[in-house]
Amino acid sequence: MEALLAFSRPALDWHALAPELTLLAFGTLITVVDIIWDDRSKQAMPTLAGMGLLATLLPILTLAVDGTERSMFGGAYVVDDFSLVLKALFLISGYIVILMSVDYIRDGDYYENEYYTLMLTSLLGMVMMSSSRDLISVFVALELLSIPAYMLAAWRKGGARSNEAGLKYYLMGVFASAVMLYGMSLVYGLAGSTTFGVIAQELGSGAANPVAILGILFILIGFAFKVSAVPFHTWAPDTYEGAPTPVTAFLAVASKTAGMVALIQLVFVAFPGRDDVVQPFFWLIAALTMTIGNLIALRQNNIVRLLAYSGVAQGGFMLVPFAVAAEAPARAVEAVVIYMAIYAFMNLGAFTVVLAVARKTRSGEIDSYGGLFQYAPGLAVAMTVFLAALAGIPPAGGWFAKFGLFRALLDAGGGWAASLGVIVAINTVIAFAYYARILVQMWFQPVPDGDERPIVITGALRAALAVTLVATMAFGVLPGLVGHFGEVSVLSALGG
Amino acid sequence: MLLNQFLILGAALFAVGVYGVLARRNGVMVLMSIELMLNAVNINLVVFGVQHGVVSGQVFALFVIAVAAAEVGVGLAIVLLLYRNRTSIDVEDFDLMRG
Repeated sequence: MEALLAFSRPALDWHALAPELTLLAFGTLITVVDIIWDDRSKQAMPTLAGMGLLATLLPILTLAVDGTERSMFGGAYVVDDFSLVLKALFLISGYIVILMSVDYIRDGDYYENEYYTLMLTSLLGMVMMSSSRDLISVFVALELLSIPAYMLAAWRKGGARSNEAGLKYYLMGVFASAVMLYGMSLVYGLAGSTTFGVIAQELGSGAANPVAILGILFILIGFAFKVSAVPFHTWAPDTYEGAPTPVTAFLAVASKTAGMVALIQLVFVAFPGRDDVVQPFFWLIAALTMTIGNLIALRQNNIVRLLAYSGVAQGGFMLVPFAVAAEAPARAVEAVVIYMAIYAFMNLGAFTVVLAVARKTRSGEIDSYGGLFQYAPGLAVAMTVFLAALAGIPPAGGWFAKFGLFRALLDAGGGWAASLGVIVAINTVIAFAYYARILVQMWFQPVPDGDERPIVITGALRAALAVTLVATMAFGVLPGLVGHFGEVSVLSALGG
Repeated sequence: MLLNQFLILGAALFAVGVYGVLARRNGVMVLMSIELMLNAVNINLVVFGVQHGVVSGQVFALFVIAVAAAEVGVGLAIVLLLYRNRTSIDVEDFDLMRG
């Protein structure tokens, strides 16, 4: 017992923790300001939240310039280039979502300052997730990012659809984390430690232990729910449709990216030797997710549901490189990181256009986009760029993400990779069909009710559009830009 | 030590919890079934921790307990919200949107 009771404080690297602490401080500040000034502070809240996110980028920059890999708590919490790139991606996505939220939340009947506190808390969980290299910290980060998201999905308290969105998301999310935890308990039992490094050593040997296989499968299934992979995707379309649109964008981009980040760390750091489980699992769910997501998206008439299913399918594309994790690990991590970065901007951009159009038409039906080019040419052009990027048509950014996938598959070679490559190619074509449907509506169809008043785009939405548009085009025209971040992130993830 | 017996207890509890989540229609009962699943995890963690002679299993279990409390707090709030708006907590009643 003596050994158990002796406690010495672990060494803290304040610089490495600075991003998390800044974010936490701003989250707390918003709550305190809300308590003290109540109604008078409402106007300042989005600004304060946005400032918090930008201020958090500063320590990330200094850490990136510094460049040393920092590891704390016996390797449980690691700050390396991989985690810094993803932290920055989460914060920028969060900033764009806040820009999207400003008017939506203020004009709605449910404007409360807690919205921004919850958003920052969820982002804190994501920022922590990208550094977690330990079962306990992954679990805590996952819950920290999920619990506020459940509340955000049910944000419109009186709205039956929003309530239902929250309930479905909550039940599926909690069930998934219970399944994941059971898997974690089995893996912990075999490894005797919660750190990924030790787990990799203990589980790495090829002996097919059924308990290890079960544990790994349960953990992966838990995160498959989070990234809405088929057949664990059933919550996604309902939650996306019912939740407030900015929250939907947040879930579709940031929350999904966080799940992917956790999967990267699990597959490449904790279970690197277990491709006997990992490869068939990811081959199967990547193929299912792409194909079923795309096929159902073809039948959708509501644009948010269409984007939800397209998001499911895009998630399937992101899962592809995991299937070749053993053959080409460096290329696979790079492909996923690049895909996530480009996906974040093009999808947030598409949601921003949906928000702007809905401010006038009050509708989410695809038919309501008829003749958009005639009365809102700017929005129509922006939407065209985002849809082209999502479909993977060259000048816009998405092609490079798909290119990364194929490069990883080619590097891996073999039957698994080749068959998956064929499925990716087929799905790219299917996806084009439903993106083209929206394009046809916007450019060639008449305005449904002859109402050609221009759309008023508020300053915040304008800023969100500008950022996403520039980023989407930049990634397409100068792929070296994002490619560089992808390469940087690879090395340390595999080294750590 | 009775490792196997504890693990069987954990597995049985987990299975009961999964059955409850899938079969129960009352929102509060679904939440309780999820609690059963989480407690099965806690039993596993504590037993494995003792078996390995390290404290991390118990620490993990403490984290699970604390987080589960927060989760159920949010879950009950959502169920309460639904009851106010729809005067029902039957999870099968909520089908305005069908995946």
